[in-house]
Amino acid sequence: MKLENAAQFTMPQLLKQRAELHPNAVALRLKEFGIWQETTWGTYFERVKYFALGLYALGLRREDKLAVIADNIPEWLYAELGTQSLGAISVGVYQSSVPSEMAYLLEYTDCKIIVAENQEQVDKLLEIREQIPMVEFVIYHDPRGMRPYQGDPWFLTFEAVLEKGKNLERENKTLFDDLLDMGQPDDVCHFSSTSGTTGKPKAVMLMHKNYIAMAVGLSSIDPLEFGDDYISFLPLAWIGEQMMSVGMALVTGCVVNFPEEIETAMSDLREIGPRVMFSPPRVWEGIQSDIWVKIEETYPINRFIYKKLLAWGLEAADYRLQSKPMPPGVKFKAWFSENFLFKQIKDQRGFLRLKRAYTGGAALGPDVFRFYHAMGINLKQIYGQTEIIGIAYVHRDGDVRFDTVGKPIPGTELKFADNGEILSKSEAVCKGYYKRPEDTAALLEGGWLHSGDAGYLTDEGHLVVIDRVSDVMHTKANEMFSPQFLENKLKFSPYIKEAVCYGDQQDYVAAFVNIDAATVGNWAETRGLAYTTYMDLSSKPEVIALIKLEVENVNANLPEHQRIKRFVCLYKMLDADDEELTRTGKVRRGLVQERYAKLVEALYSNVSSTRVQAEFKYQDGQVARVETDVPVVTLETGIKILAGVL
Amino acid sequence: MSELLVNNVTLTFGGLNALTDVSLRIPDAGITSIIGPNGAGKTSLLNCISGFYQPTKGEIAFGGKRVSGTSPHQVTKLGIARAFQNLELFRGLSVVENLMLARHLNFNYNILEAAFHYGKAQRQESENRAFVEEIIDFMELEEHRKHSVGTLSYGVQKRVEVARALTLAPKLLLLDEPMAGMNVSEKEDMVRFVLDIVQERHISVVLIEHDLGVVMDISDTVYVLDFGILIAGGEPQEVAAHPKVIEAYVGVEAA
Repeated sequence: MKLENAAQFTMPQLLKQRAELHPNAVALRLKEFGIWQETTWGTYFERVKYFALGLYALGLRREDKLAVIADNIPEWLYAELGTQSLGAISVGVYQSSVPSEMAYLLEYTDCKIIVAENQEQVDKLLEIREQIPMVEFVIYHDPRGMRPYQGDPWFLTFEAVLEKGKNLERENKTLFDDLLDMGQPDDVCHFSSTSGTTGKPKAVMLMHKNYIAMAVGLSSIDPLEFGDDYISFLPLAWIGEQMMSVGMALVTGCVVNFPEEIETAMSDLREIGPRVMFSPPRVWEGIQSDIWVKIEETYPINRFIYKKLLAWGLEAADYRLQSKPMPPGVKFKAWFSENFLFKQIKDQRGFLRLKRAYTGGAALGPDVFRFYHAMGINLKQIYGQTEIIGIAYVHRDGDVRFDTVGKPIPGTELKFADNGEILSKSEAVCKGYYKRPEDTAALLEGGWLHSGDAGYLTDEGHLVVIDRVSDVMHTKANEMFSPQFLENKLKFSPYIKEAVCYGDQQDYVAAFVNIDAATVGNWAETRGLAYTTYMDLSSKPEVIALIKLEVENVNANLPEHQRIKRFVCLYKMLDADDEELTRTGKVRRGLVQERYAKLVEALYSNVSSTRVQAEFKYQDGQVARVETDVPVVTLETGIKILAGVL
Repeated sequence: MSELLVNNVTLTFGGLNALTDVSLRIPDAGITSIIGPNGAGKTSLLNCISGFYQPTKGEIAFGGKRVSGTSPHQVTKLGIARAFQNLELFRGLSVVENLMLARHLNFNYNILEAAFHYGKAQRQESENRAFVEEIIDFMELEEHRKHSVGTLSYGVQKRVEVARALTLAPKLLLLDEPMAGMNVSEKEDMVRFVLDIVQERHISVVLIEHDLGVVMDISDTVYVLDFGILIAGGEPQEVAAHPKVIEAYVGVEAA
C-alpha cells in the first residue's frame, strides 16, 4: 500500500496513517531468543504513542532534544518517532562513540533526555555526567547489570516511560492527537551528525519533508512493495540507515528487520532474504572476500568450476555494465553460470530475493562491482550527503556504470559551480547546521546545496564525482582534474601499487607509476622474463608495455583533458621510511615532486628517456648512488582508445 | 535456605590426605572463592561437593540436605551445577545441542512421541529450548548457536561450559578456574558474566581461580587452602593480610 499524499504529513503522522490502514500487518521484526519476533504497524504506533506521552510526562516539549545511543533495535525507532510526535528533535549518536565524543555532541545539541541501550552506554554516560548537566534523564532499555544504579533518579527504564505514557493517556485522551496534529512537514525532526573528518562534527537539521521527499523520489524509480523485507544492521545514527529504516519504511511500508546481534547480521540476513540492501563498500568487499576464502578452501574441482563460471559471469557483467545487448554465446554463458553457480551462492548468502542493492558513502572498486553484477545482483551506486538525506543520485536499473554515481533522483536538480562543485536542489535538502549560521550560509548559498565535491557529467548524463573541490587541480587551459581520482583509477590495476599524478598549471596530465613488485614479478616469471632488482624490473620494455596498456585502459574511460599523456615507472618504491609517504600510506605530493624534480621535468619535455642518479638509503644509514636511464612513455590521448578488456 | 555447609571433611587417597578436616560455610548469595597454591586440594573439595568423590570423613550438606554419600546426578537435582576446568563438552555437537542435553533431566516423553515429535515431546522440547535460548542470550552466544563446539575458540568454549552449567538452573554454581588460559579482555568478559550470574540470576557462585587480582576484586568471601588444610577464611582484605596466607604464597624468609 503506497501512501499517495505522503508529502503533507510528518513522519509520526505517516505512521498513524499506516497503523489505521493496516494495523495487523508486520512492520518490524527483531530476532530474539533465536526466533523472529514480529511487531505490527498497530503495535509500532502504540509504542510510539505511549513513549511519546511518557516523554511528555518527563517534560520533553517542542524543539527539545533527545539523544539515542543504541544498536539496531525497535526501541531506536520508538524513541525517534515518539520524540518527533511531540515536535521535539531526536539526535543520533553512534553507539561506538567514546565518552568524550558523546559529551561534545550531547552538549552541543542541548540534549535533555538520553535513550541508552544498555550498561555499556550507561557507563560511558556516567563517566561524563559532570560535563552534561543539561541531561535530565537517561532511559535504558536492557536492565542487565543496572542493579547498582537503582535508586538514582537520573535513570529510568524504557518500560517505566511507556507506563507513564499509558497513565497520562488515561488522564487526557486527546493529548497525543493534539500534539501530533501540531506537527508540520517543515519542522526539524532529527539531527544527524556529519562524519567530521575535518574539525568537530556538525549536527545537520533534518526536516520531516526531507525524509519523505527523498523516499518518494527514490521509490518512484526503485519501487518497494508493501511488506518487502529490508535488514537494518548499520548504525541508525548513520544517514543511510535513517534513509531506509525510517524514510523508506514509512513511505513504502516495507518491513524493517533487526538482527539478533551485530555479529549475527550475516546469518540473519540469510534467514530474511531481503528485497533491498544498502551498505557501504566495506560490507560488499567483506562478503566478496568471504566467498573467495571459502572457494580457496574447497576441493580443486569445485574451485575449477567456480573460476570457470565466474569468468563467464564476468563476461556477461561487462555487457550489462555498458548496457550493451549480449551476443547469443554470452547470453548462454550468463544463463548457465547463473543457474549452476550464482543462484546457489546467492542462496547461501541470502541474496536470492534481492531486487536491488545499494552501495554508498565511498567509492567501490570496479572489480567488486563487476563481481556482484556477474552474480546477477543489481548493485547500484548511491551518492548524496547527510545534508540531503544521504541520497540524491542513483543508477537506474539496466543503466549501471561502475565509475559513475548515476542520475539525479526525481525531484532533484543538479548544476555545477564555476569551480566544478556539484550543487543540488530538492525538497530533501536540510535546513542547515545547528548553531552554525556561517557554515549553514556557505552550505546553502544561493538556494543550492554545496556538496564540496567536484564532478562532471558523462555523455550519457551520469554524474561522476572526482574529489573534494579543495583537492582539485587545473591544467593550463583551466580544465579541472583530480590527481587523487586518477591515481585511484591507476591503482585499481593489480600491476600498479602507487601512482602520483601531475598537471597543475601544465599543458597535460602526467604520472609517476610504482609497479607492484609481487604481481609484476609474478607476471614476468610466468613469461620467462629474467630480472634482478626492482629497478631492473621497472625498466624492462615488456613491463613498460604492460603498464602502458593499463594506463590506456584508465584513459579510455576519461574525458580527454583528464587523460594521462606521459608517464614514467619509478625505479624505487615510494616509502614511508624515506618520508615519501605518510605513515597512513598517503603520498607526500610536494616532497615527491621535489625529490624527483628531474623526472617531472622529463615528463613535461619531449625526451623519450632521461638519465638520473638514484639514491638508496640502507637501513644502517649508508647511501648508495646508482645511475640509471628511466624511459618516459608517451600515450596517444587525442583519439578514443578502444580498450581490449573493457 | 540453601547454604552449603562443609563439616570436618577429610579426603584420603591411600596414605595421602588431600583434604584434612576442612570446615567452611558457603552462603546462599554472592561469590565465595577458594584459593591456594597448586595441589592445595581446591578441585578435590569441589569434587566432594559435586558428589564426584566421597569424603573419607565428615559431611557436606546443601540447603539442609545431605550431599555427601549421594551421586553426582542427585547433587545436580539438589541445585548444584559445575563448570569444569578442562572443558567437558561434546565437541562434535553444536552449542544448542550441548545445552539441550543438559536439560535432559526435564524430559520424560517416550520413544514414540519423540519419533513423531508429537504431544509431550513437542511441548517439552519447546519449553526447554526457550530456556536454553534465554541462557544463550545471557551468555551472549547467539553468534555461535549453531556452530559445533569443537570449532569455537577456547574463550568461547569456556563460555559454553558455563552456559551448560547454567542450563541446569542451579542455585549454586561451582566454577573451576573459568578464566584459566584467557587473555585480558576475555577475562574481563568472564568476570562480568560471573557478576551478572550472581546479581541477575541470583545464583551463588563458588569460584576457584588463580588470578588473585580477580579473586580479591569480586569475591565476598575467600577461603585459602594449603596442603589440604584450611588456613584462612573471611573477607578478601582480611585474608590478603593473613600471615599464613602470605607464607603459603610467598614463602618464609629463612631466619
